[in-house]
Amino acid sequence: MAEIIEKTDLRDYYHSHFQAFENSLNGLKETEIHLERKKAMEQFMQSGFPTADNEEWRYTNPAPILKHTFMPAFEAGEVELKKESFEKYLIKDLPVNLFVFVNGKLREDLSVRQKGEEALELESLSAVMKKDSEVIRKYLSEPVNGFTALNKAFLNDGAVLRIPEGLVLENPVHFLFLSGSPLGEILIQPRIFIIAGKNSQAKIIESHHSIFENAYLFNSVTEIVTEESAVLSYYKIENESEAAFHLSRLQVRQQRSSAFNCFTVTFGGSLVRNDLNSVFSGEYAETNLNGLYLADGKRHIDNHTVIDHAVPHCNSNELYKGILDDKGRGVFNGKVIVRKDAQKTQAYQSNKNLLLSRTAKIDTKPQLEIFADDVKCSHGATVGQLNEEALFYLQSRGVGIEKAQSILINAFASDVIDLINIEKLKETVNQQIMDKLHKVSE
Amino acid sequence: MLTVKDLYASVEEKEILKGINLKVNPGEVHAIMGPNGSGKSTLASIIAGREGYSVTNGSVTFEGKDLLSMSPEDRAREGIFLAFQYPVEIPGISNATFLKTAVNEIRKYKGLEELDAMEFLALIREKMKIVGIDQTLFSRPVNHGFSGGEKKRNEIFQLAVLDPKLAILDETDSGLDIDALKIVANGVNVFKQQSKEKAVIVVTHYQRLLDYIVPDYVHVLYNGRIVKSGTKELALELEERGYDWIKEENNIPASTK
Ligand SMILES: Nc1ncnc2c1ncn2[C@@H]1O[C@H](COP(=O)(O)OP(=O)(O)OP(=O)(O)O)[C@@H](O)[C@H]1O
Ligand SMILES: [Mg+2]
Repeated sequence: MAEIIEKTDLRDYYHSHFQAFENSLNGLKETEIHLERKKAMEQFMQSGFPTADNEEWRYTNPAPILKHTFMPAFEAGEVELKKESFEKYLIKDLPVNLFVFVNGKLREDLSVRQKGEEALELESLSAVMKKDSEVIRKYLSEPVNGFTALNKAFLNDGAVLRIPEGLVLENPVHFLFLSGSPLGEILIQPRIFIIAGKNSQAKIIESHHSIFENAYLFNSVTEIVTEESAVLSYYKIENESEAAFHLSRLQVRQQRSSAFNCFTVTFGGSLVRNDLNSVFSGEYAETNLNGLYLADGKRHIDNHTVIDHAVPHCNSNELYKGILDDKGRGVFNGKVIVRKDAQKTQAYQSNKNLLLSRTAKIDTKPQLEIFADDVKCSHGATVGQLNEEALFYLQSRGVGIEKAQSILINAFASDVIDLINIEKLKETVNQQIMDKLHKVSE
Repeated sequence: MLTVKDLYASVEEKEILKGINLKVNPGEVHAIMGPNGSGKSTLASIIAGREGYSVTNGSVTFEGKDLLSMSPEDRAREGIFLAFQYPVEIPGISNATFLKTAVNEIRKYKGLEELDAMEFLALIREKMKIVGIDQTLFSRPVNHGFSGGEKKRNEIFQLAVLDPKLAILDETDSGLDIDALKIVANGVNVFKQQSKEKAVIVVTHYQRLLDYIVPDYVHVLYNGRIVKSGTKELALELEERGYDWIKEENNIPASTK
């Protein structure tokens, strides 16, 4: 393992890799995008990585990540991969428009579209940047900390997905992220742009898997725009190895009358932080943020959500459920801001947790900041254990203790799982949770 | 079949059972009566294997096997069924899944093949008629939002489906109107008539249930002991005279509990 490098050294370390990155860009160094990158690198050099002193990182100390020095993925070169090696990660019996990202880089050679859905526009980020960087500059959000600054500084991997106006996508899009390198510990930093055009409807699945044992840092930013009356369902399934660090920021901008349904499932990783920010910029829009996390072993899973009701007449619903076992640790931080003019807002939030061991832990923190007066808002958080009476009831009917436990855990998670509106994906998630629980009870 | 010998048990240092002796043979119906807090549910719970009691003396055997060292699920698989005084609500799991799991767990234990969905449904259809459980109740979450009467009927429905050797009914009659009481009693009798070997322990406060489920023996449990045993006439006498005379006979002033 690499020795611990002092904070300033860590900055210098990434700065020197930034120079290598610049050199690899050749003629593209003078573009406007590159000025953005340089600005972000300066921001990173100024701020460095966040520490646990930072209120935003109070419950998720980034220190374990910063013990490593990760080599930017482009330096590690491409990984040879055959389709057969990732078939097991596809959702059974579900036809999808599959886009495979290996270490953050779109691999057209491994991707497959369904017939008749060519209208879907998907291109790698680097290809889009070469011909028209305007859309990127339009939606590229400002860094909020050292990690997002670093992502922006190395902006190159990722993709731009446009769902054209009025398109109703029949089959879901599946972004399959395969991460890890046989050569060492790498830094993977994709940025994905998704623009759901006016009146369009689509479902997107983003899933994450580790393909090598080595540790890595996945540090992504996804920018989503739902234009007027668009309906977008977004599923993120994280199933990486215990050596994976996973930081992701999902930035959603919702225009008038659009609906965004998000479902974040976190089963894997060593330290996972999902930042999900949603801003209403047009009236009569709706956002539904749901999540399920299972932290066993020594996993740390943090879900940080912010819903910004900037305009009136929008609805938000949030239900996150967590299962924590062994020395697993969960964090839920749900902020809802209702601005002064955002009358007739409805915002409901709920976080429920099941602790299966004495050493598991959850920090749950709802934050409601309401500046309007004609609104309906509520929030609630619970932490409980398996119901002993229910366990005995099942046992008294002949059900073995382990099965009884997994039935009750499944029962706990069932209402949130039921919100997944892709039947095959629901089955997969159910199966994954059963498999996980099986391991938990062993 | 079931033998309870000199059983002492306590909860949190408080002694609740103080030397229970009870023998139930195959085919017999025993009624256990007694005032509130005398230890009836405690006895039923210990037989079924509920945690939280410490047995300080005595033994419980079922068909010669030591029950007290068995897990609750193994007791159920061996053929003991407890109808709960307060059936538990489990939101998030349907009655159907609950019962199918139970049936197949028991079958697996017995070395039988598991029932598939069709076979299970056939079994369920037959048993639903007995206690008047309908399809909607069956597909709802376990006891969740059920009325008191529905919960009790659901217990008897489970009894019918799981088909144990010994059924222990803990106040399954409480809170039932006369029609529901008849349905429940009929369910127990149908269970009983399946074979000469089936045994039943009925815990109740009221003689009325015993009009429909006729006991061979009636025991009075008072203050952790079986203080009187007799035949069904004893239940009638208790109905008429209450429990005070029992308390007096046991040298305890009637006013203290
Ligand atoms: N878990 C417990 N903790 C403390 N005391 C208990 C517990 N369970 C039972 N007891 C006590 O043990 C005594 C016997 O209770 P039990 O429920 O067995 O009585 P019962 O005969 O079934 O009464 P009822 O007719 O009201 O159902 C009561 O005094 C009760 O308060
Ligand atoms: Mg009782």
